[in-house]
Amino acid sequence: MNNFETLIPTLGVITDVRIDTPDIKTFRVVTPDGKKAFDHRPGQCAMLSIPGVGEAMFSITSSPTNEEYMEFSIKKCGCVTDWLHQAEVGQQITIRGPYGRPFPVDDVFAGHNMLFIAGGVGLAPLRSVINYCRHYRDRYGDIDIVYGSRSKDDLLDYQEIIEEWSKDAGVNVHLTIDNAQEGWDGHVGFVPHYVKELNFDTNKIAVLCGPPIMIKFTLDGLVELGFDKKNVYTTLELRMKCGVGKCGRCNVGAKYVCKDGPVFRCDEIDELPSEY
Amino acid sequence: MRKCKAEKLNDIFALIAQDMTLYLPVDTEGGAAFTKWNENVKYSESLNTVRSPKDFFFPQTENLMAFKTEGKNIEIIDTRSETEDFAVFGVRACDTKSFDVLDRVFLSDPVDSYYANRREHGVIISVACTRPSETCFCTAFDIDATSPQGDISVWKTETDVYFEANTEKGAALMEKLSALTEDCDNTAVESAKESTKAILSRLPLKDLKLSAFGGGKTMELFENEAWDELSQSCLGCGTCTFVCPTCQCYDIKDFNTGNSVVRFRCWDSCMYSDFTKMAHGNNRLTQKERFRQRFMHKLVYYPENNDGLFSCVGCGRCLAKCPISMNIVKVIKKIGGKTNE
Repeated sequence: MNNFETLIPTLGVITDVRIDTPDIKTFRVVTPDGKKAFDHRPGQCAMLSIPGVGEAMFSITSSPTNEEYMEFSIKKCGCVTDWLHQAEVGQQITIRGPYGRPFPVDDVFAGHNMLFIAGGVGLAPLRSVINYCRHYRDRYGDIDIVYGSRSKDDLLDYQEIIEEWSKDAGVNVHLTIDNAQEGWDGHVGFVPHYVKELNFDTNKIAVLCGPPIMIKFTLDGLVELGFDKKNVYTTLELRMKCGVGKCGRCNVGAKYVCKDGPVFRCDEIDELPSEY
Repeated sequence: MRKCKAEKLNDIFALIAQDMTLYLPVDTEGGAAFTKWNENVKYSESLNTVRSPKDFFFPQTENLMAFKTEGKNIEIIDTRSETEDFAVFGVRACDTKSFDVLDRVFLSDPVDSYYANRREHGVIISVACTRPSETCFCTAFDIDATSPQGDISVWKTETDVYFEANTEKGAALMEKLSALTEDCDNTAVESAKESTKAILSRLPLKDLKLSAFGGGKTMELFENEAWDELSQSCLGCGTCTFVCPTCQCYDIKDFNTGNSVVRFRCWDSCMYSDFTKMAHGNNRLTQKERFRQRFMHKLVYYPENNDGLFSCVGCGRCLAKCPISMNIVKVIKKIGGKTNE
């Protein structure tokens, strides 16, 4: 019998819980002996579980360049996430992974200007690749980050964005919130509109993540600006149980989002039936 | 090729059962079912079992692991154990082929060790069909019902039982049966094959064509307007999935036993409304979408990923069991259009 079984997880410990927004917390996870559970590439995911509650797939929000721990930004919206949101530091969980096809950061993205566009908790998977590009800053051209949320209070990683990302040379951060709010003097409006207003030139690779409706309209806007869908990447999210393309849940067309995704090029998505 | 007298078959079973658990089809109130052999059970000549033999490798439910929790701490318990050798006698050609379909899912990287372990320890003894029925359409998938490809192939005639080993595992078992069997030529088997082939050539579904399906047909077939009509009366009961030898979608769930948590997997069905339901929505909201997924997966998506192999073996169980008489043959004929006129 094989000793390795991908469905059997290892132990993780929550060593830090950061409250990001009213419904998003970021959990820092290491193994019981204080190490990173496994290596991953930007965009890959991990299965987290609490025995008796359930198991669910989450994108790893920390960059692989962080060699000490992994982080997961998790929005409270279901059984597993509700439970995690009441978990305290020191709580053990189970973790398995990494799963999925990552962003092609070392080949396709290398040498290019990058445009990251995120909505809401959609910043979670992009933070991994943004921080990877920032870590290997000289491998990439200019970096633009457009990030929007419902309100100022719903912006994820706000402190890191203001104190680190905005201060990097060649990194331009464009924040927006859906509706005007006291104490906010930045841009107001939806992400897809803002992207068109910013009128980016097309000599860059765009990476999108957010609610399906935001992805749809933002992609339409990018195409109007002249972007080739081959230069636009996004991530899909569907129900998953196994994470290895066998349980059948995340099957769309001949693809399994857990192993053939979650990262897809937008022209690849056009080849899939519209069931995602 | 080896043979023994038909009345010696029970002795063969007894000899196999000395070293391993033997399962074979037995007639029960609910139809033929694979049952553990003992001296009192009688081998069923029934064409096929109600449930497919996929249970032997991919059980309807199986425990994957267990957990003990104490305060904030968790202990993960690997509950896997070494499977004992077992043999399954009486697997038909269609069901034998279904293991190839399942292998490509569970034995592809990363290998599913639960399935692989059972596969390693199981010996498949396939029995050639002699009376294929009107719901049979294995021929559409190039399966030869007269030459089933298990570890051992078996042919039964009125007077004799013939054996031919196809794999090392099969040859090892035949070696054990050598005292009860004798060498023979294949004349009687060839003649039995011919008479079965004559029946196969008269079956109502013998001309079913799959040329409209296969990898690369997704966009062409996905928006076919016939999906509406075909799926209209589907109850979403999932019976087709459960009797299907190749359906392999599964769920993973936790069960709290009181002093530990058992994580198990069980068969699931893409026909069920909650199959794809997430906290933030469901990407297949209607029965039409779920119905289409099942057949597109079998006839287009699976072949695209598996060198053209279809995820259907023409066993006909879904034809017999669907409460509203909808089935894959109707889908193939309707969506396949002109190819089946």
